[in-house]
Amino acid sequence: MREIAYDDIVNAVKNMILVTATNLPEDTLEALQEAYDNEKSPVAKEVIAQLLENAKIAKDEKRPLCQDTGLAVFFVKVGADVKVVGGLLKDAINEGTEKGYTEGYLRASTCEPFSRANLKDTVGYNLPAIIHFDIVEGDKIEIEYAAKGGGSENVSRARVFPPAAGKEGIIEFVKECVSDAGGNPCPPITVGVGIGGTFEKAAISSKHALFRDVGTKNPDPEMDELEQIILEEVNKLGIGAMGMGGTKTALAVHIESNPCHIASLPVSVNIQCHSSRHAHITI
Amino acid sequence: MAEYHLTTPLSEEDTRKLKAGDVVYLSGVIYTARDAAHKRLVELLEKGEEFPFPIEGSVIYFVGPTPPKPGDPIGSAGPTTSYRMDSYSPTMLKYGSKGMIGKGKRNQAVIDACKEYGGVYFGATGGAGALLGKRIKSAEVIAYPELGPEAVRRLEVEEFPVAVVNDTYGNDLYQMGREIYEVKD
Repeated sequence: MREIAYDDIVNAVKNMILVTATNLPEDTLEALQEAYDNEKSPVAKEVIAQLLENAKIAKDEKRPLCQDTGLAVFFVKVGADVKVVGGLLKDAINEGTEKGYTEGYLRASTCEPFSRANLKDTVGYNLPAIIHFDIVEGDKIEIEYAAKGGGSENVSRARVFPPAAGKEGIIEFVKECVSDAGGNPCPPITVGVGIGGTFEKAAISSKHALFRDVGTKNPDPEMDELEQIILEEVNKLGIGAMGMGGTKTALAVHIESNPCHIASLPVSVNIQCHSSRHAHITI
Repeated sequence: MAEYHLTTPLSEEDTRKLKAGDVVYLSGVIYTARDAAHKRLVELLEKGEEFPFPIEGSVIYFVGPTPPKPGDPIGSAGPTTSYRMDSYSPTMLKYGSKGMIGKGKRNQAVIDACKEYGGVYFGATGGAGALLGKRIKSAEVIAYPELGPEAVRRLEVEEFPVAVVNDTYGNDLYQMGREIYEVKD
């Protein structure tokens, strides 16, 4: 049984948050550059130019890319042959989150749902983090992290269709979500689509689909084809960068598909803004 | 598409010349407010109670900035999604506010209020918080500090870049832009 110290996890999580807040990952930068090169609308092109300049300022001056530094969302794969010593893994991730948000001067965006009061402080205290655990083979801990903003989360939807809806029904549903959202989720967006499973499995899959690097192919050829069809359809909507009108509404569509009940076809759409701040480490 | 450099407070003469799609660089004092602050501000107006800043000609920025690093006036400060303020904005305009800065579409009531009271809705680039934060030269919390990032702040801005989304004539840049690039099968 391999042992990993609690503090090592705290520090790894903290560092991941600090780097992600100010550095747009390479996959997103490349996708935005490509969008800039191909955008036909001059207004949308100017918006994307501002986004690229913003990414440069954020990196050079270590300023948060966006004032919405998000809720911290983690997908954690824990090897069956690894043990955390000195505390619980969940506590270590939360402590790393608090330290990262505090030391990086990141906005604490967590509040009580009805009073809307910040739970502790306006700086740093962004707890509890949203953590999804899985247990896998091996003696490592794999942590995927994303800073998930509110604007794009607010336009996300889940629905359970009858099986007859099929791929056509899914394509229409995603188009409707993106169309109704317009400029609100800060396009050019990435569209995460979770298919199958149960109601909550589809929603979690649509979130996890957003952690995949833009520009990578879906390993399932059928889903890869569906991703391309939906991408083409949503880019026909004309929404464009920040909703100003343009040809690049989405940078990518990512699908995660699961087996489901014979009576159901659950579908969830989770949207990611252009500031797709995600990172991945293995300890 | 014209380009203007305007200084706040805005007059009706300023706002009536703007058209959807124009690029405007704002300088002077603007005020921040999000959902929670708007709720309180509108109550003050309706009850005729003392308001925390001069509302006539004011520009309201829908933003909840990150905390400043030592030595900086403010952290990253890009716009938040504006529809959440739709139920409050017509009252703000009725009492003399002339501009709003945010991102995303507004409802018909806000578009109508812009026409009636000579107000303008400006869009700033969402997610460009580092770039926009640098155009803010000073920041001071003037009301509701307990709301944290949602407190009302007085900001001094210099050449703050925005685009006119809803003008005083009922036009909507989002709708106009989308109609040009939508591909119908």
